[in-house]
Amino acid sequence: MIGKEKNYKGKTAILVDDDIDFIEIIKIYLESFGFSVVTASSFEEGEKLINEVTYDLAIFDLMMENADSGFVLSYSSKKKYPDIPVLILTNVVNETGLRFDTYKTEKNSWIKADSVLNKSIRIEQLRKEVDKVFA
Amino acid sequence: MHILKLLIIDDELGLRHGAVRSLKNFTFHANGFEEEVSFEITEAGTGKEALAMMESNEIDIALIDYKLPDINGIEILNAIREKQYKLLSIFMTAYATLDVAVCATRNGAYDFLAKPFSPEELKNTLRKASSRIILQNKAKKYEEEKKLIRFEFLSVLSHELKAPLNAVESYLRIMDSKLSGESIENYEKMIKRSLDRIGGMRKLIFDLLDLTRIESGQKQRTIAPLNLVETAKKSIEIHHSMAEDKGVHVVLKSDESIIANTDSGEMEIMFNNLISNAIKYNKNYGSVTISIKKLEDFVSLEIADTGIGFKDEEKSKIFKEFVRCKNEFTQGIEGSGLGLSILSKLVRLYDGNIKLESEFGKGSKFTITLKKI
Repeated sequence: MIGKEKNYKGKTAILVDDDIDFIEIIKIYLESFGFSVVTASSFEEGEKLINEVTYDLAIFDLMMENADSGFVLSYSSKKKYPDIPVLILTNVVNETGLRFDTYKTEKNSWIKADSVLNKSIRIEQLRKEVDKVFA
Repeated sequence: MHILKLLIIDDELGLRHGAVRSLKNFTFHANGFEEEVSFEITEAGTGKEALAMMESNEIDIALIDYKLPDINGIEILNAIREKQYKLLSIFMTAYATLDVAVCATRNGAYDFLAKPFSPEELKNTLRKASSRIILQNKAKKYEEEKKLIRFEFLSVLSHELKAPLNAVESYLRIMDSKLSGESIENYEKMIKRSLDRIGGMRKLIFDLLDLTRIESGQKQRTIAPLNLVETAKKSIEIHHSMAEDKGVHVVLKSDESIIANTDSGEMEIMFNNLISNAIKYNKNYGSVTISIKKLEDFVSLEIADTGIGFKDEEKSKIFKEFVRCKNEFTQGIEGSGLGLSILSKLVRLYDGNIKLESEFGKGSKFTITLKKI
């Protein structure tokens, strides 16, 4: 399998999270897939990245300064670049029992992300999700 | 107005109507409660009718006649028990023999009314039963609220433990698969961060223990004369290397000795929480000034720093459990989110108060006043 894995060399990902460990970890994962990664650690800096960086993938943490910061960033990104995939990572699914399945069902159409993933995601799972949105 | 549903089960039409008449416009205050109680009354002439009504309505109190044309009162009591209806039964009988009374009580009757009874006797019996129901409802509501608070606390706690666990686990996996290359130097930052986050979890566990002991009242308090200046010095010493790492200058301003009747463990927690915060959330090369004063019947502890400070909207929240201020300056700083909550609980034990003056970006000053010393 390893030889056949898709390489994302030449592609850029933006990553916004206020947890510096999480930024470090996901950055290493994405770089191992071939992405160049630009990071930001607050909602405000995230907005800046969306406006200033040309990117192919966006990953946002859901809860930053506000409980829905990630959704707001996701909305801005989709408004500007409707075709650029957005992944949201969160712990919320576990804790509150809230479930956001895919945004494509009518009920969740307000969530403008391609996928909402659990924050304890492993590298193989992230690989699968990234491959899915670039398929 | 608290309306209770009353079901009168008797085949004597006269008795039912008499009861309805005497309870019409009858309101009262149940023992210990401000709310007024009144009744919404339904009637049943047979046992079967009564059971059907209990099935379709949530009855609070049932007045049950022993002798009914179809089934007897004891059988109704059995049905109530089997179906687990939450209602109080009051047994009415003209044949108030001891045997019937014992049997009815065994089967769950709450009280008795011996026929014939006066309107006053009926009202008194209903007053007693109503008070009990209201008390039960309040207790149930209180239990539910307690459960909800506990659930919220545990949810937040699990999040606070899960975040560092996720981080450490992911760092270990990265190292395990040598994702950042062969050289150990590439992993230095991850190792340091893992240790920091494990330290944070340890602190959280200790803070939780403090909090639980204080809240449950299980903590043994030994109130004795204590030199607060010594306690402060000890705490400064404990945080010496933390201050040195950031180049923070810690100054203590006070007389040589200030004696106050306090619990030494509690005072250590107070100083440790305040001093570690003042260093942790300071700027590099900032300063922390601690001053202790004794006035007539209280002591005041002042801890001022030149650190991050609080925004106005943060000031009211920070004494709540698990509240941590998120901004560009606080990133990467470990904290349990319990320190100030513990502080405020301890201060309350001394009938004291906490004053916070702070400006975002400039620094904070906590002034603790302890009475009862």
